[in-house]
Amino acid sequence: MAIISIRDLVVEYDGRRVLDGLNLDIEQGETMVLLGGSGSGKSTLLRHIIGLERPRSGAVIVKETDITRCSQSELNHVRRSIGVAFQSGALFNSLTLEDNVALNLREHTELAPSIIDLVVWMLLAAVGLSEFGKLHPRELSGGMKKRGAVARALALDPEILVFDEPSAGLDPIVAAELDELILLLKQVYPITVVVVTHELTSAFKIADRLAMLCDGAFVAVGTKDEIRNSENPHVKQFLDRIPGNVAKTTAITNFFERYLEAPEVNQ
Amino acid sequence: MATQLERVGKKALDQLDYLGSCSIQLWVTLRSMATALPFVGNRHRWKASMGEMLQIGVDALPMVALMAVSTGFILAMQGASELRRFGAVHYVIDLVAVGFTREIGPLLTAIAVSGRSGSAFAAEIGTMKVTEEIDALRVMAFDPVEFVLTPKYLAALVAVPCLSIICGVCGIIAGGIFMFFSTHLGFLLYLRYVLISIDLRDIISGLIKSVAFATIIAQVGCLEGFRVRGGPDAVGRSTTAAVVKATFLVIIADAVFTAIFYFMRKP
Repeated sequence: MAIISIRDLVVEYDGRRVLDGLNLDIEQGETMVLLGGSGSGKSTLLRHIIGLERPRSGAVIVKETDITRCSQSELNHVRRSIGVAFQSGALFNSLTLEDNVALNLREHTELAPSIIDLVVWMLLAAVGLSEFGKLHPRELSGGMKKRGAVARALALDPEILVFDEPSAGLDPIVAAELDELILLLKQVYPITVVVVTHELTSAFKIADRLAMLCDGAFVAVGTKDEIRNSENPHVKQFLDRIPGNVAKTTAITNFFERYLEAPEVNQ
Repeated sequence: MATQLERVGKKALDQLDYLGSCSIQLWVTLRSMATALPFVGNRHRWKASMGEMLQIGVDALPMVALMAVSTGFILAMQGASELRRFGAVHYVIDLVAVGFTREIGPLLTAIAVSGRSGSAFAAEIGTMKVTEEIDALRVMAFDPVEFVLTPKYLAALVAVPCLSIICGVCGIIAGGIFMFFSTHLGFLLYLRYVLISIDLRDIISGLIKSVAFATIIAQVGCLEGFRVRGGPDAVGRSTTAAVVKATFLVIIADAVFTAIFYFMRKP
């Protein structure tokens, strides 16, 4: 049974179609990686999956609730079962790391402060940050911020964990550590993981299935092997890292020739 | 011609859009005000409100007091230099007392708070938007207006009238010092004349203005922050816009309130 269903999703900004009739089912307990190049629409799709934006048409059904049409209270109810680790971490700069992780527990549960402290410590220990709880986000490195964001996302024991570009801006070692963390979390918690990324190594390491986006449409959806063996030219180009529409050398040559022939240059 | 008309029309629509956004935001803030109140509301919001009160009120106190004392001296000296010609130096007491209670106290405070706190609101919320903290709040099922704006608005509603009263007292004391040195009028006698010249309506009208100014500063500052789109440069622009628009609207509101109280006072 699909925990997230995307049906005929169409998104437009100022008349420009960004997502064009997307359909996708994400099954409970699987790790789905949304793959695509820059500007392919994968971050836009993610913002619709977590209910941050409303589409022009279509539906995003999360746990049997269409979050594009539901009331604010229904949306908030669904959101409490989704944990999101944003690309930049998005930890609250005014709070310490501990307070960032504890925020959800303090505001959305009736747990005693001592229990909250214990849960926060356990979550920080799970992401390897138990010694850094008293620090503010500005005192943490990029990788630590992302792991802190994962701890915060896990606070309410979510059914769905969403990662936006988890490896972006990290060195290969820290990026690999974050991949291991995602795999570890999948073993420990019964969660569905949705990851948006363009990092191939990371994507093929953590994914159960992948969906490849190109120009606002899915060009391939399948397991790792199905994607690797895909004959779709966009998938092959992406996986083989073949340059696309790079600078046209003839156009540049013509430009410089015209520039050198101009009277101002020759005077 | 059509382009000019289009431009005028677009400007008018933008202004209406701004006014509408401000009104909706005020309505949403008022609806969530109960959450920031002590005893009945959420203790985290009340704690945040107390922190904001310290920043808006206590931290601004030396600046507002110094501005009030300087303005008190200026008003007394300028008034005395003209009134002396008619042998009416004692009217300086009325000028300073009534002027500061009804007008200068609330206006000076509003300008100081707008420069200090209005810009800080815009910068803080704008930065939160750029770093995805506002999105993080929303996906954690928090209402950003309730979480961020309401404590600031409640704090402004308490701190600005308090600062206005202190501003008025400082200005009146400065007038008393001037009168002592220029006419050897005893300070206690000066205070007696002050109490004779102002009545309860003057104090209430000043406080009503202060509440209106606090509303303008908090709402405009926060709206500018919420409307940030893009990167750090947009935060800079929103900060400037917050100060300029809040100061402009405070002066317009002051003129409107002064006219209303003037016609209410007329027999």
